[in-house]
Amino acid sequence: MSQMSAARGNSSAPAQTPLAYFAAQTIKAFNTNKTSWIGLAVFLIVIALAIFAPALAPFDPTDQNILEKLRPPSAEHWLGTDSFGRDTLSRLLYGARISLVIGVVSTLAAMLLGSAIGMLAGWHGGRIDTVTMQTMDVLLAFPSLILGLILVAMLGPSMLNIIIAIALTSIPPFARIARAPTIAIKEREFVLAGRALGYSDTRIVAGHILPNIFPEILVMGSLWLANAIRTEASLAFVGLGVKPPTPTWGGMIREGFENILDSYTLALMPSISILIVIFALNLLGDGLRDAVDPKLKGET
Amino acid sequence: MTAFVVRRLAFACVTLFAVLTLVFVLVRIVPGDPAQLILGDQASREAIESLRHRLGLDLPIGEQYAVFLSGALRGDWGVSMVTGQPVIREVLRVLPWTIELTVVSLILGILLGVPAGVYAAIHRNRLVDYAVRISSLLGLSFPPFVAAIVLLLAFAIALPWFPVISAQSGSFAAWYRSITLPAVSLGLISAAYITRVTRSAMLEVLSEDYVRTARAKGVPWNAVIWRHALRNALIPIITVVGLYLGILIGNSVLTEIVFSRPGLGKLLIGALNQRDYPMLQGMMVIYTLVVVLVNLLTDLTYGFVDPRVKLK
Repeated sequence: MSQMSAARGNSSAPAQTPLAYFAAQTIKAFNTNKTSWIGLAVFLIVIALAIFAPALAPFDPTDQNILEKLRPPSAEHWLGTDSFGRDTLSRLLYGARISLVIGVVSTLAAMLLGSAIGMLAGWHGGRIDTVTMQTMDVLLAFPSLILGLILVAMLGPSMLNIIIAIALTSIPPFARIARAPTIAIKEREFVLAGRALGYSDTRIVAGHILPNIFPEILVMGSLWLANAIRTEASLAFVGLGVKPPTPTWGGMIREGFENILDSYTLALMPSISILIVIFALNLLGDGLRDAVDPKLKGET
Repeated sequence: MTAFVVRRLAFACVTLFAVLTLVFVLVRIVPGDPAQLILGDQASREAIESLRHRLGLDLPIGEQYAVFLSGALRGDWGVSMVTGQPVIREVLRVLPWTIELTVVSLILGILLGVPAGVYAAIHRNRLVDYAVRISSLLGLSFPPFVAAIVLLLAFAIALPWFPVISAQSGSFAAWYRSITLPAVSLGLISAAYITRVTRSAMLEVLSEDYVRTARAKGVPWNAVIWRHALRNALIPIITVVGLYLGILIGNSVLTEIVFSRPGLGKLLIGALNQRDYPMLQGMMVIYTLVVVLVNLLTDLTYGFVDPRVKLK
């Protein structure tokens, strides 16, 4: 209980600047489960590799060299080459950019929209709440991967459409997680005080409720970022990814799978990359969740 | 009990209606004219008009909705643009394959996940607990098609124990050989989810007073765990299993593709690639029906497992 109020209790903040307080609380949350640090470190390394891909990649990721096709790992091509003779390592580094951009942007959009919907539903209550949350439950009931597949197939597989589809399918969980604490917090004294001072609804929700549910939304965000990256890869795997020759991890697995009898490394390398990123994000989010809400420990 | 069942049935009907409406809207918010998209840019005006008529797209939107709803409920989902067969026949032909795969995977997941979760909870914060937590976290990090490809590489290609294409039936041996890899690849991921929820539900229950009372009055430890604690932890476990079945049906699409197994997955990807709109719409209806049915079953199981639920 003390953990929870420590992570959330901005209302009882000691005499520190808000930023220093937030930083201290974040470090404390990370220390609850040391595995969160590992997750964060791995994820940051992947981000760095993606950002510096042009400097790090030994070859152009789209340069074909038919004489060098389907080579096993060697001194020149550390992770081998694909069926067009393209360097697998270079493609992996560039592919990380697509995965991360689509994952981060779609998760941010879902976070913003979902928590806004959840807070509004919780704040207003009554019929608005019932209708919104029923809609969210219906969306949640439909298999999100299938919804994503159909949305992208209908809108056409461009980067923007993939982001839209993944964001739409990830809104409901954020609405849910934002709604429950909003309902609990709106009965608290500081909200009443805000009302007594004549603050507008927007000011109370954005300035006083949002900071209180922010940690939970962020933690959910890291877990759903893992899911978004997984969905993007799944879409690319069935041919609904960003168009070739742009390298994407899911697309590389698809190509590797088509040549699986000739070269097993081709499908394996991007598979391992995706696994590392998702596992790191899950370690990060799962560890932090214990700090934010001890009651949810280990639940998925 | 009857009142409880009726209430759940009514709720299922409302959900079904809502999702069907969602499907209807989804198919129609696509930018562009479906008939134009299907026939391509070169199509003549007459051809497009006649296809629009065949698809019922020339009707007023309200009428389209009525036709869609009554058709969906009567099992009249139109005719596939590609094969010319009624959509429902195509769907029913492959549905048993998908149901078989998901059910076997789920059973595997429960058989592995529940004992692992209980064991980890009893040994909280010991080495085995950390091992279970880390491996289950790793398990649910696997994109389903990655798990499938890894198993395929290991046990069908490197070690040729199982067929690469798993679509045999007939004898039990053939069935076993064809379902093992797909079911294990989905089952291990399900097990990861089920382990985690079982562990956390058990941890919560184990700190309850009645568990302490049972131990104090001398109930054997095994009976405390399996009869007193697990029975009470079942509700959250069933909730997750029910919710997970929806995810599992989604995941099975990719597993079926990797193992070239017939099923809804192959049908869906085929329909997506060929823009077979009636087929896509019919498939969304069948997914909806399955999900609503699973939710209903989950709800009814609550009442069966925990008599207190019915009173609410």
